[in-house]
Amino acid sequence: MPEGIWNKCPECRNTSTKEEIVENMWLCSKCDHHFRIDSPEYFKILYDDNKFELLFEDIVSKDQLKFEDLKPYKDRLVAAKKKSGFNDAISVGVGKVNGKKLVTACMNFAFIGGSMGSVVGEKIARGIDYAIKHKLPFMIISKSGGARMMESAFSLMQMAKTSAKLTLLAKAKLPFISFLTDPTTGGVTASYAMLGDVNIAEPKALIGFAGPRIIKDTVKKDLPEGFQRSEFLLEHGFLDFIVDRKELKEKISDLMGYFRK
Amino acid sequence: MHFLEFEKSIETLYEELEKVKTSQSKTEVDMSSTIEKMELKIAEERKKIYANLSDWQKVQLSRHPNRPYTNHYIEMIFDKFQEMHGDRNVKDDKAIIGGFAQLEDQTYMIIGHQKGVNTKLRKYRNFGMANPEGYRKALRLMKLAEKFNKPVISFIDTPGAYPGLEAEERGQGEAIARNIYEMMNLKVPVMCIIIGEGASGGALGIGIGDRVVMLENTWYSVISPESCSSILWRSWDYKEQAAEQLKLTPKHMHKFGLIDQIIKEPDGGAHSNPKQMAKTVKRYIKKVTEELCAIKPQDRINQRIEKFSQMGFYNEDAKA
Repeated sequence: MPEGIWNKCPECRNTSTKEEIVENMWLCSKCDHHFRIDSPEYFKILYDDNKFELLFEDIVSKDQLKFEDLKPYKDRLVAAKKKSGFNDAISVGVGKVNGKKLVTACMNFAFIGGSMGSVVGEKIARGIDYAIKHKLPFMIISKSGGARMMESAFSLMQMAKTSAKLTLLAKAKLPFISFLTDPTTGGVTASYAMLGDVNIAEPKALIGFAGPRIIKDTVKKDLPEGFQRSEFLLEHGFLDFIVDRKELKEKISDLMGYFRK
Repeated sequence: MHFLEFEKSIETLYEELEKVKTSQSKTEVDMSSTIEKMELKIAEERKKIYANLSDWQKVQLSRHPNRPYTNHYIEMIFDKFQEMHGDRNVKDDKAIIGGFAQLEDQTYMIIGHQKGVNTKLRKYRNFGMANPEGYRKALRLMKLAEKFNKPVISFIDTPGAYPGLEAEERGQGEAIARNIYEMMNLKVPVMCIIIGEGASGGALGIGIGDRVVMLENTWYSVISPESCSSILWRSWDYKEQAAEQLKLTPKHMHKFGLIDQIIKEPDGGAHSNPKQMAKTVKRYIKKVTEELCAIKPQDRINQRIEKFSQMGFYNEDAKA
């Protein structure tokens, strides 16, 4: 999300004001570059009149392992909260999209790189419970570097936990829309992000299991242009379609219509 | 015999023992009491070292080149095995093997990561790093097991899913995700046994079961200590600390409730006595098969889903 008054597009170097970008749904007015945005922006785009209810906001991370690398995890959590204004790397909202109710769990990249720890898993789990209870469709907007290392195997097991819960959503015959945005990698790709009844993505988003740097180090050659971008995944059969942010709301609304009984 | 750096004192004793044995066969003088004493000393020394292993040393042990791999357990435990190849789509992945196995009157479906025992085979097996077709082969075999009502046993031993170009093209993430999802709902009993390295998604891709257990000198984590060191410490030199911080040992994992049981290894680790190790695993498999078969399929699935749904820690107070 652009921060200063003037912002340069990382793609085409076009300079525009923050207002202009916000006005244009956080897209570059010249080249349509999708700036990275988090849950408040996506909820604003999706929900009618920006009206929605945030759910499970009282669930916050705990440093169970007393993990410490160059900095204690505990301090990282405090700093992340202060810097991003989010309680964790995901926010769950419920509201109406063109009058149709939808539960959305949207990842916040600004909180420790959108990393998936226990809180992300628990909020998705509760979001699914909520959707089942109220018979509502469920969407996850992924934007994450993967599992949160500071929660070690607990974060790994969130892949299992969220997938387990998705099987219950499927049994209730409720749709799961997986919307992948830049970036979606690691354990998030290897669990819920790839398990949608429909998998859709924003243009040019980086999507993959292993990160490009690791792959480059492993295969010891340059990666082809466009490797692991949305268009590449669409071509290889892992996405249903790519959606421009400007069409997002209508497309989601349409999908909900198709899924309706 | 391969000795790890912390086993140097045992290596010296072994060399001495070998010398005595050679001179006995040359001179034909009976030295059996000396040999016996030396063997005892080795056993004691080994016990001492193994009682105080650091987390990093356990990681090293899990990678010991003489450690039994999936094929060894299959050979030592089962009466018969028929390997089955291919994902019916792309190719046969050599890093994951699988097939029907017979143990007395019970048929199982076995799947497992496979590492190689020498340089050539290690390469052939891609160091136990599977591609998407490996996970898809595993899923095909598990579905086959489900159709004919055979319990599934998964042997986990991987440094991670392969981070390659083609792996990404063919959907490494999707393959692992699909397996996790489908394994949650398999109608047959599933046991997962971590026999070596349990590295991240690559392990979890065949790691969802009614019972998930770890052998004593293995590890399970979201990332290897080396990679964790390189990312969080921005240097490869902090693997020991990373291993400690990740709390990746069976003891921690069991305390956290993330695995169901720890299976004891023989003194000196699985590689020092593979036969005894296999015997212990065999006993475990037989016992758990009985336990799991006594539960109705739907209850088993519900319990499996419930178990994984409970995993995680958090506070429920925004002011905290």
